[in-house]
Amino acid sequence: MRLEILNHGYSRGTKMLFGMIKLFSRQPVPDAAKLVFYRPDFYGTHAKEFTHEAMRGESDWSVGDRELMAAYVSKVNESAFCIGAHTATATQAYDDAPRVAAVLSDVDAAPVDEPLRATLRMLGKLTREGKVGAEDMREVLAAGVTPQQIKDALAVCAAFNTTDRLGDAFGFELLTPEGYAAGAKYLLKRGYR
Amino acid sequence: MPDEDKKRAAHRTLVDRVLNGEGKASAEQRARAYRNDGLSPPLDALIGKVADTPTRVTEQDLAAALASGCTEDQVFELVVCAAVGQSTRLYEAGLAALAEATVDGRPDHAS
Repeated sequence: MRLEILNHGYSRGTKMLFGMIKLFSRQPVPDAAKLVFYRPDFYGTHAKEFTHEAMRGESDWSVGDRELMAAYVSKVNESAFCIGAHTATATQAYDDAPRVAAVLSDVDAAPVDEPLRATLRMLGKLTREGKVGAEDMREVLAAGVTPQQIKDALAVCAAFNTTDRLGDAFGFELLTPEGYAAGAKYLLKRGYR
Repeated sequence: MPDEDKKRAAHRTLVDRVLNGEGKASAEQRARAYRNDGLSPPLDALIGKVADTPTRVTEQDLAAALASGCTEDQVFELVVCAAVGQSTRLYEAGLAALAEATVDGRPDHAS
């Protein structure tokens, strides 16, 4: 990462933990995971809590749907690390790589239900343009999405607009397909806490 | 407490911590980074990119911030505040649009 403290500024205990993760996963510790261990009292602890609530807390969206939203928001932001991470996680959650790939290449033509499609479009517009109007929300509601589901999707959008920015600003190193797959397995088993 | 409140409450806790908790950068600087407004060069360029065009942040932007006298910890905090600030504005814009499109939490079919 671009700041030395994010590469080396960890306590002995945290370094040992990173060593264990590397040993068991046989993959380097992803920079996204390292970041939340740097002075966790400032950012990591609360960021993990919020992201976990958004991605794994109670919702009418499935875990796969929310991981797909994370991948889609990251795609709109062109945030390479997070596209890789959440494409892998959505793919494992759905056990359906073509579906995830289709959404990321063309949401309008992808084989997904209308409520999810309308929600992804709205999140894309909000992320791209920085704003959405009541008309955009009425379209999503008309597709059969509940107000609560929209709120839940907006929480996912907020979490990944934060992480995408940090990944790009601090220069998260991209992983190999095996590295992303190992990370996805962990996120589906343990979540973000 | 409904789960929806838990998501929003967890987000508020994060925002409150990075802005008002203890930090190596002053609370005033963190607030400016969060708002992407009122920082002086070269920090304004770095923070502006984090908020608006994060893929364009370069090593040089971070190096310039450090050369201007910021420590790495201060740069870390200001970048975090900028990222949280922009994503919070998106979150709030979405929730406001939803509130406008609904009445008492239900779709506003009348309009």
